[in-house]
Amino acid sequence: MVATLTPSDTSKAGPPKRPPRRRRRTRDGGWAAVFLGPQMVGLLVFVLGPMLFALYLSFTEWNGIGDITFVGLDNFRELRGDHAFWQSIRNTVWLAVMIVPGQLVTGLVVAVALHQRKLRTLYRIVYFMPVVTSQVAVSVIWIWLLNGTFGPLNSTLREWFGINAPDWLAEPSYLVPAIAMVTIWQGVGFFMVVFLAGLQGIPTAYLEAAEVDGAGTLRKFWHITLPLLTPTLFFLTIMSLIGAFQIFDTVYMMTPQNSYLGDSTRTIVFQIYDLAFARFDFGTSAAYAVVLFVLLLILTAGQLVLQRRWVHYEE
Amino acid sequence: MSRRRTSPAERTRSVSLHVLLTAGALLMVVPFVWMILSSLKDQPQVFVFPPKWLPDPARWGNYAEVWRAAPFLRAYGNSVFIAVMIVALQLVTCAMAAYAFARLRFRGKNLLFLLFLATMMVPGQLTIIPVFLLMANIGLYDTHWAIILPEGLFSAFGVFMLRQFVRGIPLELEDAALIDGASRWRIFWSIIMPLLRAPLAALGTFTFVSSWNNFLAPLVFLRSPENYTVPVLIAQFKGEYSTNLPLLMAAASIAIVPVLVVFVIAQRQIIRGVTLTGAGK
Repeated sequence: MVATLTPSDTSKAGPPKRPPRRRRRTRDGGWAAVFLGPQMVGLLVFVLGPMLFALYLSFTEWNGIGDITFVGLDNFRELRGDHAFWQSIRNTVWLAVMIVPGQLVTGLVVAVALHQRKLRTLYRIVYFMPVVTSQVAVSVIWIWLLNGTFGPLNSTLREWFGINAPDWLAEPSYLVPAIAMVTIWQGVGFFMVVFLAGLQGIPTAYLEAAEVDGAGTLRKFWHITLPLLTPTLFFLTIMSLIGAFQIFDTVYMMTPQNSYLGDSTRTIVFQIYDLAFARFDFGTSAAYAVVLFVLLLILTAGQLVLQRRWVHYEE
Repeated sequence: MSRRRTSPAERTRSVSLHVLLTAGALLMVVPFVWMILSSLKDQPQVFVFPPKWLPDPARWGNYAEVWRAAPFLRAYGNSVFIAVMIVALQLVTCAMAAYAFARLRFRGKNLLFLLFLATMMVPGQLTIIPVFLLMANIGLYDTHWAIILPEGLFSAFGVFMLRQFVRGIPLELEDAALIDGASRWRIFWSIIMPLLRAPLAALGTFTFVSSWNNFLAPLVFLRSPENYTVPVLIAQFKGEYSTNLPLLMAAASIAIVPVLVVFVIAQRQIIRGVTLTGAGK
């Protein structure tokens, strides 16, 4: 292959026609197929194909073995009047409402407290420990910690403070917040580290200038640090939202099986799993999955539109 | 301006911040400590009121009992195998695709790249039903490959991230090799891949940790207990021993403690890898 080593110098070439950087333009088709092959197979076989098939399934009724019956929009119509569907939407939204601000605030507070302080590495390790542990295993610990009768939390509250705490895992109104709490606990470290990276990117010159002008700690934080941190905040908001809407492991583990409670704490993803793989109602399960997909698209698009109002990109 | 760093006000603030941070750190550690201590108690000790911290006597036999009751060693092996295969496949195939997007010229490149990026919005819960049906049809249901292939052969994020790094590599290195008649594959394998070591290590760590903790896919794709990964085995164990708290805590410790040991040893690399998605911007 002949390669003319043209220095990227377009100024001396008078005519508007740019000299080709290299001669092998459009000649890489074959190599492109080789290099992209494996990931293309993955894209088609495991993402695009299944996505279209799931969309199709959502318009059908199927138990996985017999014939697939096309039912049009019936699945979605049924969902509209289905109590369990709305319950799962409510639970998912309620979880997100607690988890997103919870993760952002705790992560930010710890990051600001840690920023440029001694022992940072040690604290970072400790706060990050729950992030790398499996949600399933962590749920097992919390089931014990939050045990209504014998758990250390409730017996301490009762013994030392005379407070009769609720049975967290046995009442739906407490179980969903308990799941949110465990999720926030597990996420603090991740949010903290990303916020710390953001804080590191803030030029100290701004803060020093503000200090010269007599700005106090709180003012500096509110008027300089926070605005400059909005890109990080924006990114983490999306991560947290998507994560909260897809929560499954903790719900699966912390919801007592085979009890009346089971239905009241279901989330969208739990329903997708349960309908398809426990009840073999693939059509309805796919309909839930389509709803989840659309919700995620709307939420992300909404964030992208809203970001112009509050995210401050430094030039 | 003034020497604020040593002022008494600053010092009290610093001390109170450390108190706050330590309280938070305790909140992070105590559940794990409680897990380990409870795993060494017997049933009556667990239910003693008020709760005691230290097990007396310590029953190490709990671990032997868990070990006998559930194939944890096997589950560890399964989890390691799946994670290693996914990481290996993903690193090679993502780097290949990244190289194509960064360096090769071919028709429809931008459109295809956009398609890759767009798939990041597709939740795995939407595709898992058809993928499950596919695996059942080609005889991969209840094998580890049902989990490995979808993860190993596709990662839009991996392709996107590595492409950024390939673009940062000076062209001159490749041009010289091209003149010498090296093939594209040669260039990719012996020039580009070695230069991608740092981002590949970070992506590999990220992928390993996600695969290790993944629960939904193994739960859906695996049926035989001897194929279970650690999280699925824990979930099953919890179903069978829900009333035996010491054994449950011993099982959780078996799943968690080795991971934490590895984490503390390689914390810098692991934190960098796991927050990869966040460190990008």
